[in-house]
Parts: sequence; structure tokens; C-alpha cells
Amino acid sequence: MPDTTNISQPGVPFHDLAKWATKAPEGETLISTAYGDKVTEDLKFVENKPGVHKPDPILIADNVTRRFGGMTAVDVDHFEIERHGITALIGPNGAGKTTFFNLMTGFDTPNTGTWQFDGKDMAHVQPEKVARMGMVRTFQLTKVMSRLTVLDNMLLGAPVQPGEGMFRALFPGMWKRQEKENVEKAEALLERFLLIKKKDDYAGALSGGQRKLLEMARALMSDPQLVMLDEPMAGVNPALKQSLLDHIMALREEGTTVLFVEHDINMVRHIADWVTVMAEGKIVAEGQPKSVMSDPAVIDAYLGAHANIDLGDDSVLEDLKEA
Amino acid sequence: MDIMTIISNAAGELIAPTTAAYVLAAIGLNIHFGMTGLMNMGQAGFMLLGAYGFAVTQSMGCNLFASVCAALALAVIYALLLGIPTLKLGPDYLAMVTLAAAEIIRIIGRSTAMTNLTGGSAGISPQDFTEKFEALSPLPDGSTTFLLWTYSNNIANSWWLRIVAWILVAIAAFLCWRWFHSPWGRVLKGIREDENAIRSLGKPVTKYKMESLILGGLFGALAGIIFVLPRSVQPDSLGRTVTFYVWTILLLGGAATILGPVLGSCVLWVLLTFVKEVMRNTVPETLITSNQIEALGWVIVGVALMCLVIFRPQGLLGDRKELAFHA
Repeated sequence: MPDTTNISQPGVPFHDLAKWATKAPEGETLISTAYGDKVTEDLKFVENKPGVHKPDPILIADNVTRRFGGMTAVDVDHFEIERHGITALIGPNGAGKTTFFNLMTGFDTPNTGTWQFDGKDMAHVQPEKVARMGMVRTFQLTKVMSRLTVLDNMLLGAPVQPGEGMFRALFPGMWKRQEKENVEKAEALLERFLLIKKKDDYAGALSGGQRKLLEMARALMSDPQLVMLDEPMAGVNPALKQSLLDHIMALREEGTTVLFVEHDINMVRHIADWVTVMAEGKIVAEGQPKSVMSDPAVIDAYLGAHANIDLGDDSVLEDLKEA
Repeated sequence: MDIMTIISNAAGELIAPTTAAYVLAAIGLNIHFGMTGLMNMGQAGFMLLGAYGFAVTQSMGCNLFASVCAALALAVIYALLLGIPTLKLGPDYLAMVTLAAAEIIRIIGRSTAMTNLTGGSAGISPQDFTEKFEALSPLPDGSTTFLLWTYSNNIANSWWLRIVAWILVAIAAFLCWRWFHSPWGRVLKGIREDENAIRSLGKPVTKYKMESLILGGLFGALAGIIFVLPRSVQPDSLGRTVTFYVWTILLLGGAATILGPVLGSCVLWVLLTFVKEVMRNTVPETLITSNQIEALGWVIVGVALMCLVIFRPQGLLGDRKELAFHA
């Protein structure tokens, strides 16, 4: 059971905020930024170096390694995720980001290492238990249940359902009411993620981007404490990206901690409170988005020198040639 | 031979206890495969165990209720033994293990080592285990004709057995309908689609798969009891072929539908009997002998099934839309 005493004091469950517009009106901020401000304040005094300690970590990993044969995919000495923060995990392809996700959520077993989530030891805990403890993930290669409707997909995300017992399932009286509440919650979330019109379609009929949205919405059905999003923006169109960013920030304001892997640097810069850079399995840099992204090591290993330049722009290419 | 005999023989299959037994077995397999995606290639193993559990305890003098419980308990133990090592592995492993395990049960059943219990390959004859079931019948002795059909009221392939068998089918179909439309069924269907996604949502996948394996196995055991009541317990009559008939019935009717197993079983057995009866009555003995007709009946049904799979792969009752997504 997730410990509810120290999270989301604003007290409004995430789905109730679904009525919000997905875009803020001109010149107004969409949401309160209480948690965002607090996290910014806290992280201001944290040194920008790999494996640094943070004031209020929700996840602490120590000495986690995973080897595939001779190749070391993950070798993390120390890593902390700040509670209520939005932490971005970036790094070149093959850096071990997804493997690290898999290890933290129990989908893969490390060769060595321990980690605590909210003070509880999580090493060797099965993935379903990890999820029930409040750490929910999405997948890079989206996993939706194709031959179930979108709504059913959402309902599967709801935790602790009495109707999911084999015998109680036979007596609808025992679960009808909770089912109705779950449906309302699911519909509110679908509305927010612009999928409400698709709710009775098979999930297999959704496009790649819509599946990403569905997967994220489904993860939120359980009001998790920590969501781990593996490339949430891959394949999502720009307009929707903007509203997704708002959703992620709204999550923070409800007390949910977010960790995400993403290659869209603008998004990282825009919403992340903290950026962690992985390369060859190790954490090579950590810090505030601005300072990390100007770190020469990060530019060399990942961003490249022209990260801020639109390479599709011919005039820019001309300039580069001249330089 | 007149056409009435052909029709009444073929239509007799519609209400035959064997047809009902296949429906029950297919309902069990539907829970395994249609709902959960478990490839159980040994449903006959569950049936044979159920039959043995019932018949052996009956011949030892237990009461009817205890015998049914024994049959069901055997199915549960068998499901646990199969499931614990294999359910954590991929679906193909379960297929291999169930196929092999069903054969193991059959071979142990017919081995001479257990002759005093199982009767070896000769099996257990009906007078050893059907008496108590027949004695329970409220029907008077004698036989009754209803529409086209005349059967004994209580003895062997009787009206009493038909009534019990189809009531069981009705109950099983009703329970299945409840399960299909419950959150529990939704989790099973989710597992069928993507196990890891379900895991990431905090559901204990292995537990659900085990529940599904046990539940489907229970229906298999019941099917086994109904299957042997009008005949005798013979290990070889519940071999691999039975498993494949059950699969055929399920795919014919439509996997993951409630009434698919019922329709599939009725269509298959009526069609088969009809084809065989027509051939027996129209083709002269010099051209095709009656032995060959038996085999040829299956050939024709096989061709019909192939056509069905090609032109209506979702089965008679399935939803074509569902097949569009193979993620």
C-alpha cells in the first residue's frame, strides 16, 4: 500500500484535475507551481556532480551493475531521485537508460546493487509488487492490450479491484460500484489525454502516438508516487507534445515524482528540474538542466556541438561550412 | 435407408452426452486459450484424470459427491504440477509440457502396473462406476421417445445423463459469461495480450495464469466424467486426438466467445455424423468399405474446417475485428 501521508497534500487526486484546459490561456500559467518551486529551491544548493546526494530523495540506488556477458550495460555507483521533482535521464543510444529502468522496476535482475524506494528496499522485488508500491513505468516500445478496448486498457491500470478475484468476479454486486468509480476516473483521464472519442475502440486501432498517450494515462490510473516514462514523446505530434508537457508538470504539482528518458532536448530543458546523463552504463553528469547542457563532456558524449541549431535549415548549414 | 434415419441420427448428436462433454472441455480450453492465451495442448489429460478420479473412487464405493470432488481435486493438483514449473516461461513451453503430461497420464493409466486400480488398457467397465449415478435419477425406468429420439431413461446413454450433462453445460456457460465480463476476465485477457504490461500495472500475472489453468482444468475434469459415463473408462479413448477435437471445436465456434464451444461442438459432431451416415447410405460397399467411411468422414470434415479457417478465421461466433490486431 502506498503511504499517502507524505504525498500530494494539495489533496486533489490527479484525475479530478482533468477538466483543465490542455493549453493555458495567453499569458497565464496553467497550474500552481508550489512543488516545482520547492524542488527548484531545494536543488539550487545541490552540487552538479554525478552521484550527488539530494535533500529529499524518493529513490536511492547504490552500486547497481548489470552485465550481459562481457558487456557492462549498467554500472551506477550512486543515484538519487528528488521527491516531487521531474528528473530527466538522457544519454546516447545504448547508454543503459532502459536497462536501468528495467532494473529499478524489477523487470530485470542486476548482478549487484541495492536500491530503496521511499525507504523500502526494492532489490529482488517482483515487478508487480514494485508497481503496487507506487512506482509505475511505461515502456519504450509501447505495450497496449490490442484486443481490448481503450477503456478496458485504462481499467486494467486501476489498483486493488475486488472484482479481480476469481470468486468475487462472479458476484457483480461486490464490484459494480468500484467499477463505476474506476470508469469515471478512466474517462476523466482519457479526456485529458484526448483519447475519450476512442474509448470504445480496440487499442490495437490506435496510432503509435496515441498508444504512447494511452500507456501514460493507464500508468496514472493508480495515482503512483513515482512514474517512470520511457521516451514519452517519441512519435507524438508537436501540438500534443505541448499538452503532454503540461500533463507532466501537472503531475508534479500533485506530488507525483517523474523520471523520464527522452531524446527531445527541448522538452528536457523545458520541464526537467534535474538532468542526469548516462553514457556507457555510468552516470557521467548530473545537474540543473542549463548547467548540464553546457557541460563539455555532455556535449561531446551526447548532444553534439549543434544541438541548438536546426540542421534542416540550409542557411545554417552554409554558416557551418564557412566556420 | 430412408432420409429420416440419417437426420435423426445426425440430430441425435445435437443432444448427445459426448457432445456436451466436448462442450465442457472446450469451455475449459476457452478459459485457457481464449481468455488467457495459455496453449494447453493436453486438455485430454485433464479429462482422463477426471474420469479416473471419478470412476476409481466410485468403484471403491465412495458416494457420488465425493467422487466428483476427487475428480476435481485431481485436476487441481495436476494443474498445479504443470503450472508451477512452466507458467513463468513462455507459452510454447506450456504447450509442450501439457501435451507430454497428458500422454504420461494415458500411458500410466494403461500400464499393467496399475491394473487393479485403473484396469490397464481394458479400462474400467461401466457397471463398476455408473450405478450410483443412474440410481440418482428421478426418472422412471424404461425408455422415452421425444421428437426424433428414443433413449433409455436411466441406463447408460440415457435421458438422465443428457439432462445432467446439458444442465452442466448451461451452468458452465453462465459462469463463463460472468467471468468474461468481470474485472478478473479483463486481467486474463490483458495477460493474453501482453503479460509484461499487466505486470507493470501491478497484477500478479503468474497467480492469474495459475487460476486460469486450474479453472479450465476443472471444466476438463467434469467433461471427462460426462465423457465416460455413457461408455467405459478407456485410457486410449481420451488420447491426443481428443485434445485436437477440443481445439477444433473451440476454433470452429470461435475462441474467446461464450457460446462458441457449444456451437462448435454441436456443429462438428452433427456434421460428422451426417456426412458419415450419408456416405453409408448412398455409396455402395464395393466402392468404399464402412471402415473407410469412418476415416473419410474425418477427411471431409477436415477439409471443411480448413475452408473455415481460411474464410472465417475468427470462428463462427468470433469477432473479425479482433483478428485485425496481432501486436
